[in-house]
Amino acid sequence: MIHFEDVSVTYDGAAEPTVSHVDFEVPEGELVLLAGPSGVGKSTVLGAVGGLVPHFTGGTLSGRVTVAGRDTRTHKPRELADVVGTVGQDPLSHFVTDTVEDELAYGMESLGLAPDVMRRRVEETLDLLGLAALRSRPIATLSGGQQQRVAIGSVLTPHPDVLVLDEPTSALDPAAAEEVLAVLQRLVHDLGTTVLMAEHRLERVIQYADQVVLLPAPGAAPVLGAPADVMAVSPVYPPVVGLGRLADWSPLPLTIRDARRRAAPLRERLSTREIPDHTPPSAAQLPAPPALRPAPARWWRRNSQTTSPTTPTPTPYAAEVRSLAVRRGGVQALRHVGLTVSPGETVALMGRNGAGKSTLLSALVGLVEPSAGSVRAGDAVPHRTAPRDLVRRVGLVPQEPRDLLYADTVAAECVAADRDADAPSGTCRALLTELLPGVTDDTHPRDLSEGQRLTLALSVVLTAHPPLLLLDEPTRGLDYAAKSRLTGILRGLAAEGHAIVLATHDVELAAELAHRVVLLAEGEVIADGPAADVVVTSPSYAPQVAKILSPLKWLTVTQVREALT
Amino acid sequence: MGAGGTLHAPASAPTRHSRPAPTHPGAWWLWALSLGTAATRTTNPLLLALLITVSAYVVITRRPHAPWSRSYGAFVKLALAVLLIRLLFTTILGSPIPGTHTLLTLPEVPLPHWAQGIRLGGPVTAEGLAFALYDAMKLATLLICVGAANALANPARLLKSLPGALYEMGVAVVVALTFAPNLIADVQRLRAARRLRGRPDRGVRGLLQVGLPVLEGALERSVALAAAMDARGYGRTARVPAPVRRTTAALTLGGLLGICAGTYGLLTAAGGTYGIPVLVAGVAAALGGLWLGGRRTVRTRYRPDRWDARAWLVTASGVAVAALLFLAAARDPAALHPGVVPLTAPTLPLWPAAAVLLGLLPAFVTSAPENTMGTPVKEPS
Repeated sequence: MIHFEDVSVTYDGAAEPTVSHVDFEVPEGELVLLAGPSGVGKSTVLGAVGGLVPHFTGGTLSGRVTVAGRDTRTHKPRELADVVGTVGQDPLSHFVTDTVEDELAYGMESLGLAPDVMRRRVEETLDLLGLAALRSRPIATLSGGQQQRVAIGSVLTPHPDVLVLDEPTSALDPAAAEEVLAVLQRLVHDLGTTVLMAEHRLERVIQYADQVVLLPAPGAAPVLGAPADVMAVSPVYPPVVGLGRLADWSPLPLTIRDARRRAAPLRERLSTREIPDHTPPSAAQLPAPPALRPAPARWWRRNSQTTSPTTPTPTPYAAEVRSLAVRRGGVQALRHVGLTVSPGETVALMGRNGAGKSTLLSALVGLVEPSAGSVRAGDAVPHRTAPRDLVRRVGLVPQEPRDLLYADTVAAECVAADRDADAPSGTCRALLTELLPGVTDDTHPRDLSEGQRLTLALSVVLTAHPPLLLLDEPTRGLDYAAKSRLTGILRGLAAEGHAIVLATHDVELAAELAHRVVLLAEGEVIADGPAADVVVTSPSYAPQVAKILSPLKWLTVTQVREALT
Repeated sequence: MGAGGTLHAPASAPTRHSRPAPTHPGAWWLWALSLGTAATRTTNPLLLALLITVSAYVVITRRPHAPWSRSYGAFVKLALAVLLIRLLFTTILGSPIPGTHTLLTLPEVPLPHWAQGIRLGGPVTAEGLAFALYDAMKLATLLICVGAANALANPARLLKSLPGALYEMGVAVVVALTFAPNLIADVQRLRAARRLRGRPDRGVRGLLQVGLPVLEGALERSVALAAAMDARGYGRTARVPAPVRRTTAALTLGGLLGICAGTYGLLTAAGGTYGIPVLVAGVAAALGGLWLGGRRTVRTRYRPDRWDARAWLVTASGVAVAALLFLAAARDPAALHPGVVPLTAPTLPLWPAAAVLLGLLPAFVTSAPENTMGTPVKEPS
């Protein structure tokens, strides 16, 4: 169905080809997964299928890509629209209209299908993707998982032979990801659609793949094969494969079910060992942040207590939230939330998209004002503290790290960060060099990879040395290598005494890092306890290792490796 | 108004898959603009207040639960601002209306002789204020009527009713319309991010510094959207024989030239004879060009809005209000323009008021909006 014949792509101004000598074939009706570390050109390969590379992006494509017999050299993306449906990384930038039903019809309208055909297909697609109840909803009001399903539906209605998806589940919570994957499974099995997708979170998708195309390194030729064979040699692999490699299972299991069948002896061996301890170490106390200056007077604010943002009693907690309620745009985003974080402790906030995780983090940095209850970050009340003082108490790395970066070189960014934080000059640059060796001063932040950009933003935030560090969805778009580097950095920070709160969908990251997991649902805390206790019992939030080794409370491959050696 | 009885059908028949046919957006716009036109015919504050009430009632009962409907509030605020600014100016700069009821006297600022026409401060008369209030209310009503149209009809759906040849232009406008809210959200997010860097998140400087990143973001999103649209078949064209293509070009260009020449003719004194025929011919040629140009697009339309009996009724009610007020303004101008010198209490003229009430008709003949956002929708798993 899709043929790549010795394809190399060189973008304008690039010295070397982004991908070279890509040569593979995707047979009809298969789900093929494109895997590899970040920066190996997965998105380029996906774009080449729909003709967006090079017709839209520019650059030179040598070799030949054919889809359903059409050569992308002679067919523009719009002329391939009836055979290829492409959904990019961000579904929001994919939508042309504003309601679900119109969005589903848009592609068919462009192709000029007859009105009765369009009507029938819209109804069919609404049912297929479980969107019937949302048909007249404005797209902006949908949740992330629903938007992703609408985006897939919108390219399905013209009945394409090939579906191309770039990171379809990365931004989704585990339940919503399963929802999307179930739909893809159904398309492949019932309708014979050919699916080619790239995804960093292999643990979510590997069991659905018929074949894996692995791009092992930038410029390296792809490896194509059955998932188990490719995973045996791949530099990126999910925890289930990691455990399989560790235990020398052959062939490698890809699903929890297969692994559990093999795992009986391993479980027996491990049942006598002690799980490596994950409780917070007695943290070294960080130097106390300088005293608060009074917040700038805002005469139009009626609250008169602005003048005394500090309370005399010092608190043992780095963050303390008491019966917090927040209303945002007429929606009760949080209700009666209580949370305390001690220095040196790492807490993972988990829950569905829209459960209130980001709102809670925003409240801790004073971006939103509580409508009831109290928030304290160290000795400060965040929303009543001047930003200059607050950065030395609490730092947040937002979901999009780029939001924090304004300057056009890394060096300028670091200088600005030192100035913002009143830190001795060179502090930020030293931090960055420590966390991310090999980034030159004159690099533009936009040219960094996702992981590098995250680290830069983290260095900027850490320049002020805040005892409380918050990260919102830090692993979005990171490959396993970048993720393990981040894990190392955050562990080090926690050992130094920083309290860390991370909001994440990534159960594997939470299992690696968190001492405590807090589950949120509809703005309320529904579980709060040691990571092992909370996640092991939850079907959606249990990491793969926990699922394989339950009822034992092992969470990560690293733990198992440590125990066995 | 007796048609209200048919309204209960959607409530009693719980078919999820039939959306009650929304009224044609064009009808809502015509209705709202007619009410606005009616407002220009009168300065009677009671009549204007009645017009505002009528449009507000229809908006409250009939606006769909969608993001764009929230613009009504913004328009009301704008109208209030217009009112206040007008009153403030009258207070400070004085009013040309001669008045005897001086409410208060502001200290007058002596201005140099070259600014003789302008007065700063001085006596504020009740007559001047009343005149300014009436005048500003007219403008405020007009604004609120436009807001009503925005709230009741999705502007994007209105653009969908454009002829085929103008479709691509329509899409551009729709995309621009959806980008404005995104841009505002970006500015808010980036200003919040400034706070994370320890810089003040308020003030003009903060706004300026996020300008560049916001524009960068908007540009990136536009490129992503353009790619997505292209991949979904936007801009596919049918093969049109060369003669048809040439005729289209000739008709469109000729038509535009004709319109220019005709307008010129109408506006100059000498061209009174050829102006109208040339203009008409130009318009006809341009329309022909548009119609022929439509043959190039292969697009079809999914569930186009139908111009049904309801749309006619909605339009008719608006047009009736406008027409009756025009009539009233011609027959009884005194009632529609209450005097300010001497100051008299305005009275509500009976039959123009009854005419304004005709504008309520849409609240009874159109279907109630679906509740698409209020109730939390259960996630199908």
